[in-house]
Amino acid sequence: MPESIIQMKEVNKWFGDFQVLKDINLDVKEKQKIVVCGPSGSGKSTLIRCINRLEEHQKGQIIVDGNELSEKTKDIEKIRAEVGMVFQQFNLFPHLSILDNCTLAPIWVKKTPKKKAEELAMKQLEQVQISDQANKFPGQLSGGQQQRAALARALCMEPKIMLFDEPTSALDPEMIKEVLDAMVNLAKAGMTMIVVTHEMGFAKEVADEVVFMDEGMIVERANTKDFFANPKNERTKLFLSQIL
Amino acid sequence: MQNINILKPTKNNFQIYLYIGSVLIFLSIFDVIFRSFFNLNFSIFLPGILNFFFPLIIGLVGLQMIRLEYSGNKIVDKLNQSVNNNTFNAGLTLLIIFLTLLAAPPALNWMIFDATISGDTKDACVASEGACWTYIKVWFRRFMYGMYPNEFHWRINTAFIFLIGFAFVGFFMRGKLKNYITFYYAIFYPIIAFIIINFLISGGSFGLEWVETNAWGGLSLTFIVSFFGLIFCFPLGMILALGRRSELPVIRYISIGYIEFWRGVPLITVLFMSSVMFPMFLPSDAFVDKLIRVIAAIILFEAAYVAEVIRGGLQALPRGQYDAAKSLGMGYWRMQIFVILPQALKLVIPGIANTFLALVKDTPLIFVVGLSEVVGMLQMAKTNPKWLGFAMEGYIFASILFWAICYAMSKYSQYLELKYKTER
Repeated sequence: MPESIIQMKEVNKWFGDFQVLKDINLDVKEKQKIVVCGPSGSGKSTLIRCINRLEEHQKGQIIVDGNELSEKTKDIEKIRAEVGMVFQQFNLFPHLSILDNCTLAPIWVKKTPKKKAEELAMKQLEQVQISDQANKFPGQLSGGQQQRAALARALCMEPKIMLFDEPTSALDPEMIKEVLDAMVNLAKAGMTMIVVTHEMGFAKEVADEVVFMDEGMIVERANTKDFFANPKNERTKLFLSQIL
Repeated sequence: MQNINILKPTKNNFQIYLYIGSVLIFLSIFDVIFRSFFNLNFSIFLPGILNFFFPLIIGLVGLQMIRLEYSGNKIVDKLNQSVNNNTFNAGLTLLIIFLTLLAAPPALNWMIFDATISGDTKDACVASEGACWTYIKVWFRRFMYGMYPNEFHWRINTAFIFLIGFAFVGFFMRGKLKNYITFYYAIFYPIIAFIIINFLISGGSFGLEWVETNAWGGLSLTFIVSFFGLIFCFPLGMILALGRRSELPVIRYISIGYIEFWRGVPLITVLFMSSVMFPMFLPSDAFVDKLIRVIAAIILFEAAYVAEVIRGGLQALPRGQYDAAKSLGMGYWRMQIFVILPQALKLVIPGIANTFLALVKDTPLIFVVGLSEVVGMLQMAKTNPKWLGFAMEGYIFASILFWAICYAMSKYSQYLELKYKTER
């Protein structure tokens, strides 16, 4: 059994008086694919944003690849460089071309020589099938293309873990498939992935385990087959009956 | 019954309305032209006030008659859409045209036809009623160079040619050098500029005679003060803007304190303090030139404004940009330099241009410490006993100068806006 790459122990987080995360315990092993689902406002996004410390947790322990995240953590940038993230709103840098978007961090954070960074970027763009758009600006691309570019940009840092925060929620229905295909390919290549999504088809196809969250708690965690075939919790049953 | 309003054309009878309307409009304009240029009044037969407003009334009636939603005639449609879409706009348009026509002859007479430019003394102007451009001609060198000795004016000219030359170096940087372009303009260029001005204009070495800054003046001083003001207040403002948004309380409160202090005091007192009070705090043997103190005061003052403008741009960026940069492992400075500032600065080009224009137009205030740039020289020339009574010409000259400088800056900022425009 491979070792856990992400460990969350009794993680609690508050926004002011409002508790968003309640005693979260989550273990993710290397190469595992986990889908997190649940109604909106249940803390899914906050959960994965805690993993690369875009949000700070107030209680509990988060260990990513052997490093504990806390205020004392030096070099949080180094840990973030190992954890790629894809956002709902793409968040490409609009003032840079797609290629520059992809090479910016490798060149300035990992100190990769420019030429090598560009080669790698082109390879990643090829993987998501938008290498012909490399010199365009984000504003000139469709939503689906932008999201795939954002995926390529994250992969250019050669991360060990990939986080997806509702990657298809801001897309037109026709473009969802092209993004999901790219994600499926990535899963097949053996990436450790945590995906917040409402795409249950994707969950069935690639996820090893599904985590269901509600009101800041992990209500149910089961392997994919069991989760869809016989959910145990009443809340999960209700959610699934509405979404499927 | 449908034709109850005889001034309202319809599609069918538009042709005849168009003829009558055009005739009325042209009649009204001709009437004003004759009144203004030839002192002839055709409608003298009408009683007082009606006579006075006659062109406006028939012009309005004429415009009313040609107003139709869609006439098919391109010129008329354009006219209707842009100036003649309702009676109020039509009236305003006519009023502006008429006032311009009425004001043109006296203004042209004063500025050109009756003006004098010959001669070297005030006597040349006594006979004529128009403007005395002789005054500007005689004082021109003073307006440009202040009290700087005449025989050394070439030094100022050469210095400015060098400054402009070095400013263009950036355009010729190619290939690997291009990476250093920001570094060149932010650090290297100001140093070069200071050296050039120090050795060429100030002098004192290389066989050039020393000219103290009290003698500097005129437009060249305006340029020097604005130039150093602009290039230094921008980076300082940028740092303050970042400081005010910093998560570290000490840095944040220092920035807030700085900005609110400098925004709260008038520039004129700052200049006065820099010149009168500041030397008192220095040890008696230390000496900082008055001009440098004044420029430093302007930089510190304007940086607070620039900071607030840039902060506006920083706040306009969505949080996602910060998230994305952080998630790629960028630290604070990399994130600011490569992701946040390039976008924020692009957004605030109009605001920065605004502040810079204000800075240029604030430079005349340095007269409070005894430095005379172009407006200061004007004051001096105005009160010269041999040249009393030509303030008007002087102020018009200064207005034209400032307008030209500011218009050029404004145009350049518009060019930059266009150049860095990207779709979001």
